[in-house]
Amino acid sequence: MQKNNLKKVIVRVCIGTGGLAAGGKEVIDAFKKEISDRCIDIDLDFTCHYQKVGCRGFCARDVLVDVVDGDKSLTYQCIKPEMAARIVDEHLIGGKPVKEWLIDDTYYAFHAKQKKILLKDCGTIDPEDINAYIDVGGYSGIKKVLSEMNPEDVISEIKASGLRGRGGAGFPTGLKWEICRKTPGDTKYIICNADEGDPGAFMDRSIIEGNPHSVIEGMMIAGYAVGSDHGYVYIRAEYPFAVERLRLAISQAHERGYLGKNIFGSNFGFDIKVKLGAGAFVCGEETALIASIEGQRGMPRAKPPFPVHHGLWGKPTVINNVETLSNIPYIIRNGAQWYASIGTEKSKGTKVFALTGKVKNTGLIEVPMGITLREIIYDIGGGIIGDREFKAVQTGGPSGGCIPAEMLDIPVDYESLAQVGSIVGSGGMVVLDETDCMVNIARFFLEFTQAESCGKCVPCRIGTKRLLEILDRITKGLGREGDIELLQKLSSDIKAASLCGLGQTAPNPVLSTIRYFREEYEAHIRDKKCPAKVCRDLLTYYIIEEFCKGCGACLRACPSGAITGEKKKLHKINPDICIKCGACFEVCKFKAVGRE
Amino acid sequence: MKTEGETVAAETAAILEGILKRYRDDDGNIISILQDVQDVFGYIREDAVNWFSKKLDIPASRFFGVVTFYAQFHLRPRGKNIVSVCCGTACHVKGGSKIAEQVKKELHLNSEGETTNDKRFTFEVVRCVGACSIAPVVLVNSKVYGDMTVDSTSKLIKKLKEGAGAKK
Ligand SMILES: Cc1cc2nc3c(=O)[nH]c(=O)nc-3n(C[C@H](O)[C@H](O)[C@H](O)COP(=O)(O)O)c2cc1C
Ligand code: FES
Repeated sequence: MQKNNLKKVIVRVCIGTGGLAAGGKEVIDAFKKEISDRCIDIDLDFTCHYQKVGCRGFCARDVLVDVVDGDKSLTYQCIKPEMAARIVDEHLIGGKPVKEWLIDDTYYAFHAKQKKILLKDCGTIDPEDINAYIDVGGYSGIKKVLSEMNPEDVISEIKASGLRGRGGAGFPTGLKWEICRKTPGDTKYIICNADEGDPGAFMDRSIIEGNPHSVIEGMMIAGYAVGSDHGYVYIRAEYPFAVERLRLAISQAHERGYLGKNIFGSNFGFDIKVKLGAGAFVCGEETALIASIEGQRGMPRAKPPFPVHHGLWGKPTVINNVETLSNIPYIIRNGAQWYASIGTEKSKGTKVFALTGKVKNTGLIEVPMGITLREIIYDIGGGIIGDREFKAVQTGGPSGGCIPAEMLDIPVDYESLAQVGSIVGSGGMVVLDETDCMVNIARFFLEFTQAESCGKCVPCRIGTKRLLEILDRITKGLGREGDIELLQKLSSDIKAASLCGLGQTAPNPVLSTIRYFREEYEAHIRDKKCPAKVCRDLLTYYIIEEFCKGCGACLRACPSGAITGEKKKLHKINPDICIKCGACFEVCKFKAVGRE
Repeated sequence: MKTEGETVAAETAAILEGILKRYRDDDGNIISILQDVQDVFGYIREDAVNWFSKKLDIPASRFFGVVTFYAQFHLRPRGKNIVSVCCGTACHVKGGSKIAEQVKKELHLNSEGETTNDKRFTFEVVRCVGACSIAPVVLVNSKVYGDMTVDSTSKLIKKLKEGAGAKK
């Protein structure tokens, strides 16, 4: 490269949780070192920036590194620290990108059908620098609101946008604000629900880690709209990075005078406190969350009164999810019309999903409402790992259901998913394939909800326990005729009689798996067989004679001494000693261990 | 029954005073007190609870009610390193339970929450740490290890035992 046409080169490294686990920090350090080593040596004239950015979504290909040279940007995937030297030499200095490490078609396919509003900034700005957010238009929403709009205007703008709560229930956000605004009271609160308890969802974490200021700005706008000067963020303690980033962002906003009194010279003031959750799923439920902020056991109470009327410390309170609030600044900046033009008639805008499980491209995706499940799983997700057969997709976590292959063409929006017995929920999307047992999945969720039931109301406390017991015996081969009907009856009772959303939705995984995969339940109960070969107690392991080479690998792997056989001779599994752990099945290179 | 809250050593009392001050400056949330206590001591010490109970005139039972409600709190000391295996949905379908079995085996522990005799490792199960796209996941203290297999788990634990990546 010649001295004169040297441009600004930016190296962007993903440091979301995925990126960090894959060694994002080490990669940054390696780049810093390589560049400083070289730059001194050869006296290059270009400036290199190392930017830390939040989650870029495509965690399966971490660590992702962008090299931005002028207006050209190239992205490398799966980068390890030791690869930095070559990129610096060949690309930054030599001007020739290292082709074989660049992202490939899959990467483009992963992004083609997405529509990124929230995640766009998440993956490009440094979440630890308030200026990065300001540079992309951040805090202009609150500025606009304070200088040009009165609170009612803000509320009608949000109503017109059609935004609905992303925390699970899909309640219209503008309406919630309006009710709270109209409730009399001097003191009101805004709470950001960052409890994200659904195991298998991580969008709220990623938004806070990647773009914390958007959540702060959203809370401020909400505060202005409803007439509140106090906000709380209730965040899981299991998310240490997110907590750290959020705290940093809040303190930076304070230093700037964006939080505090008389914001932008107006007479509006706003302050945010961070409260750490203490590990209880039910605390994601709004009334339980309030109890927890007040320092009590996090138990829900009957509604009404709703928090908008009677919330934190008895004051009118708006509780919104992280993603909901993060949408607000973008709506204010770009207008309700723009937002409402995305999505379906009743579900507007985009939704962030955590696409995980048996799909090839796992990660965080943002799609317009109304996209089909098939597009998500096959076009974005790239299909099923090992090209096995798709079986179902679980949406909405413990409150949701499993959607089978026949329904892959339904649009993803609040109404359509509810119609097929599932929910959008917080946005977990776990893809299951032919090797997943649906009874086991139902049991898994019940184990979760049963453990997390707070115990206040009987239908949930005892009902989920009984459901779990029945599922447990079915997966152990002790299921009885009539168990399916018993599960259904019990489920409908629990749904009808439970106090809060936890119990009211806990049976959904059971009901939806019975609805679409009844024959699998029947196989467990009648034939004592697990068609997906997952339920341990229903399997038997044996050696397939014609494949066994007598290598002894299974014998060494067996923890219970159930396998016998001499070297180079046929081995045998003694079914009376076998504990069905599957160790032999996994180590055998010759596929000589069978199970059924 | 022991009720005197003052029966803690002077230096402990100083720490507790600090926590109490923060609590008073904040809006009075005993969960924050307990989180601070656990941060300092690694678990919820009974004498600390009694001390606060006395100072604040809140029955100790309210504190213990909160402690036993939330999964985060521990009433017994834990090991210096916490090895947690994620058994959230994404990790479950990617074989998280096998990883958990392997960790138990390598650490010679029988069940969740147990600590090795040398007090170096405690094995725990967590339900989703938000790293689902690299499932199955193991956490050592707060470091995330993704895409684990039974083999890589064995190797990880062996390395930890030798001291790499773990507190002594
Ligand atoms: C058992 C249970 C758990 C919940 N967990 C969460 C959660 O982790 N995050 C969240 O935002 N909402 C959660 N909710 C929904 C909240 O109660 C509430 O509806 C939501 O925070 C409102 O925000 P939104 O209108 O922006 O969606 C949960 C509800 C129930 C019943
Ligand atoms: S399910 Fe294990 S990290 Fe989310």
